[in-house]
Amino acid sequence: MTEQLDAGVAAWQIKESDVLDGREVGRARRRKEDARLVTGRTQWTDNIQLPGMLHVAFLRSPMAHARITRVDTSVARTQPGVVAVFSGADFAAEQGSLPCVWPVSEDIVIPDHPPMAVTEVRYVGEAVACVVATDRYKAADALDAIEVDYEPLDAVTDMTSALDEGGPKVHEAGNKAFTWTFAQGDIEAAFRDAAVRVERTFVQQRLIPSAMEPRAVVAQTDGDAFTLHSSTQIPHILRVMLALTTGIPEHKLRVVAPDVGGGFGSKLQVTAEEVLCLLITRRLGRPVKWTESRSEGNLTVHHGRDQLQRISVAADADGRIRGVKVDLLADMGAYLMLVTPGVPLLGAFMYSGVYKMDAYDFTCTGVFTTKVPTDAYRGAGRPEATFAIERMVDELAAELGMDPIELRRRNWIRHGEFPYTTVCGLTYDSGNYEAATDRALALFGYDRLRAEQADRRAREDPVQLGIGVSTYTEMCGLAPSRVLGSLSYGAGGWEHASVRVLPTGKVEVVTGTSPHGQGHETAWSQIVADALGVPFEDVAVLHGDTSSSYKGMDTYGSRSLVVGGVAVVQACEKVKEKARQVAAHLMEASPDDIEFSRGEFRVRGTGTSRTIQEIALATFAAHDLPDGFEPRLDADATFDPDNFSFPHGTHLCAVEVDTETGATRIRSYVAVDDVGNVVNPLIVEGQVHGGIAQGIAQALFEEAVHDADGNLLTTTMADYLLPSAADLPAYTTDRTETPATTNPLGVKGVGEAGTIASTPAVVNAVVDALRPYGVRDVPMPCTPERVWRALGQARTPQRTDGGLS
Amino acid sequence: MIPASFDYVRASSLDEALATLREHGEEAKVLAGGQSLLPLLRLRLAYPGTLVDLGRVEELRGVADRGDHVLIGAMTTHYEVVTSPVVREHCPLVALATATVADPAVRHRGTFGGSLAHADPAGDLPAVARALDMEFVARSPEGERVIPAADFFLDYLETALDPGEILTGVRVPKLGPGWGFHYEKFHRTAQAWAIVGVAAAVRRSGGAVEEARVALTNMGPVPVRAIGVEQAVRGADPGANGALRAAAERADEDTDPPSDLHARPDYRRHLARVLTRRALLAAAGAA
Repeated sequence: MTEQLDAGVAAWQIKESDVLDGREVGRARRRKEDARLVTGRTQWTDNIQLPGMLHVAFLRSPMAHARITRVDTSVARTQPGVVAVFSGADFAAEQGSLPCVWPVSEDIVIPDHPPMAVTEVRYVGEAVACVVATDRYKAADALDAIEVDYEPLDAVTDMTSALDEGGPKVHEAGNKAFTWTFAQGDIEAAFRDAAVRVERTFVQQRLIPSAMEPRAVVAQTDGDAFTLHSSTQIPHILRVMLALTTGIPEHKLRVVAPDVGGGFGSKLQVTAEEVLCLLITRRLGRPVKWTESRSEGNLTVHHGRDQLQRISVAADADGRIRGVKVDLLADMGAYLMLVTPGVPLLGAFMYSGVYKMDAYDFTCTGVFTTKVPTDAYRGAGRPEATFAIERMVDELAAELGMDPIELRRRNWIRHGEFPYTTVCGLTYDSGNYEAATDRALALFGYDRLRAEQADRRAREDPVQLGIGVSTYTEMCGLAPSRVLGSLSYGAGGWEHASVRVLPTGKVEVVTGTSPHGQGHETAWSQIVADALGVPFEDVAVLHGDTSSSYKGMDTYGSRSLVVGGVAVVQACEKVKEKARQVAAHLMEASPDDIEFSRGEFRVRGTGTSRTIQEIALATFAAHDLPDGFEPRLDADATFDPDNFSFPHGTHLCAVEVDTETGATRIRSYVAVDDVGNVVNPLIVEGQVHGGIAQGIAQALFEEAVHDADGNLLTTTMADYLLPSAADLPAYTTDRTETPATTNPLGVKGVGEAGTIASTPAVVNAVVDALRPYGVRDVPMPCTPERVWRALGQARTPQRTDGGLS
Repeated sequence: MIPASFDYVRASSLDEALATLREHGEEAKVLAGGQSLLPLLRLRLAYPGTLVDLGRVEELRGVADRGDHVLIGAMTTHYEVVTSPVVREHCPLVALATATVADPAVRHRGTFGGSLAHADPAGDLPAVARALDMEFVARSPEGERVIPAADFFLDYLETALDPGEILTGVRVPKLGPGWGFHYEKFHRTAQAWAIVGVAAAVRRSGGAVEEARVALTNMGPVPVRAIGVEQAVRGADPGANGALRAAAERADEDTDPPSDLHARPDYRRHLARVLTRRALLAAAGAA
């Protein structure tokens, strides 16, 4: 692996010397933040120690659904080291309701969501009381002394039966949160006259986000103002939401996301623990800390996916797709959290994928169950959509007896047709599906693998070979504010940056995005180095603290570079224009005659020049500036994009399936992604690798499993299987680069692409291997047992046994 | 999670450890490498009053060639077992199976004796102990006794060790020349427990199988010796089509496989048959 990485880096460096010509953007810079992050010599929230700090432990409901009839904290209060014990009733008057900012329909049901349950619990793990003690151990010990009486109510664990009339209800208003529909074109006609119709039902299993750093919160107050450190992706949104929830005025609340160790959407949330820690510190006047354990996290972090997809495709006999119909049930869990209802909507516009078609019809019903709420998880709605359409195109190819690549060629948007407005109404600005696919096929050795597959089939080899295709695109770079508004989202999608030029010519960039592992400090430094002509090393990036970065929309939805990076570019442009004024003044020339190149302002056609560092110092001194010139070069910019970003690519996966045991092994995996222009190829490569791993994890390994009573059975990593490097193949990756036309950097988002692309490629390959046996689907994750049962069912159709629930 | 509070005694000798155990009675628990006990503590599934740490008891550590058997000290780490020339030469099945335990970090901390005394039927070593008829040497203040593998594993996580007893070492009989070995482990991720495992030792004479020992991991509350397979495979020609397959079909006889998130019993039974065939073929050198 290391050799491969080094070889890859070496290859880029060769390329760099050819084409970069001293520019930073495009260089495979090693990340400047990594030394401190990987050694832990930095400020993770749990590392924070404050004088007099107390520790919070939460007592969590052992029942999925119950009425709380009594909470007795009196004994717990007498335990060693205990400073306070609170139940939901203690906070009832001040805790408010955890916010949902995406009411997707007029008649949506948004139930009250108290951070600590007061009268009723609706999922296992919901907080019902807490202990505040002098250390973490004493707090955990005293939890045993809290007595809670529950009156059990019926658990609601199955989305389909949850919608039956007369069944048990999660909330008084019923189990339906909303139904949201979207239609374009004449779907009836598209299906009525179609030569081929294929219908499938796919289960997007529930997933548990597993960031390396567990969630942690530290809250403190000086009696008037409050500071909250949290392992969050969204310090800015969190500040606004906490101000609205707790009544602490926004200007009296500072939120800090220090270094954050991964999120994948799970830290795009306003959590009960964040609110409660603030309330506790307000009560006690002392700093408090809470850090979750891994099993506590599995129970209480918002989960991802969990949709039931019924999808139909209609096509002509030659394979031309006429229309797609989608009917979704989306499990909301017990409450609607920050963007819970919006997640399926982010997928709603992507079920047409890279394909042209006449008509599209989408319906989604959000359903309440007695499980922990779902919310954004890497890709958020788009992995589900991409899985469905890419699986369906492979199914359609099988139905037509056509090669799946050929079927895609017949339907996808051709390079010459961009910009293209899809049946869903999105305008894809640029792309080249032909180029990415051709490159992927060549790297994969598609024809050779198809020949091997035919040979194994002919020999009836117990180990069969399957080939899976995924020609994905996705919409990211969230997002144009007006579009978000039209979808009833509660905020905008702009991003902010400010650039400060220090007297010595060093530069500080303040970004409103909030990195949690992505490498913003490196990428932003590269962008600024090129824009201002300063050395890469001379740029520092400040982020994540609302007292220094007062304005931002944070990091999710692959938006940092395509929105926040552009804001950085725009701020740099303003700095440059100011510096040009000063340069012109100092060199006694007209600003129009000043050329700027690589950090130097030069009077056109002369040898006279000033460096940006000289301009910085002159501006600091302010002895000799143009009349009326404000003595600073600093500038800021807020960028609101006109459109989403549409990365795309072709992923090909070959899987060996042992038909005797059901075991699968990924033989080879090729990913050719087009994320537009690339600021740092090493970072892009890292995002692609991690993304593919996470997508493979959904395809083959991960699943949150509940029993009929609503207990989560996968509370530890022994039960919830995260693949490690040992379980994953070496990836062959490459890129095509079709610049985005909607932003000045020409970049597209990359944070979620790998996850979105890979899941269908893997499952398509597993199913492809088993198709000769009559298998048409294997539910995810395609565990050995599920593969074995799918084979058994296909061989003996009378069996109804369908694998684990 | 955070463990409940406990007292901790780091014993510097076996006698001190035994005395501490006697002093604290049922409240005390022996800590070896901690690979199984610490998670139980952290999840508050175990509440021992006192932990007696054997980590510094040097006399329990090491591998010795004792003529007709190899003695593996209970506190010998998996890594030391796997890399021991004595183990590799005289009991390669032990080395093969131990090399599949968890991951390198765990193999550097986890111990041979700790893993066996924990008696998790999903662990890899109990089945190997049954296949090789290992003998367990236990010490108490009253003295030493030797427990055959067949009598050692009583139930899920339960052994014949008394509360005041400490497993000091395990005798692995040398099988002599002519044997081939294989450990076939089936698991979902590299670090996950075996869904099913098969430990096989096969001695061939001429071409045919003269003797075989087969034991199964995770096919019941205790490791299971597949007696039916051992009988059926005697005299079979591994090269002949179907000879070992027929014997392996008996692999799940007298088993009571568990049902869990990773496999239900009928699938485990199927796997036991398939994996036993593969293990026999590999051990017979015919894979």
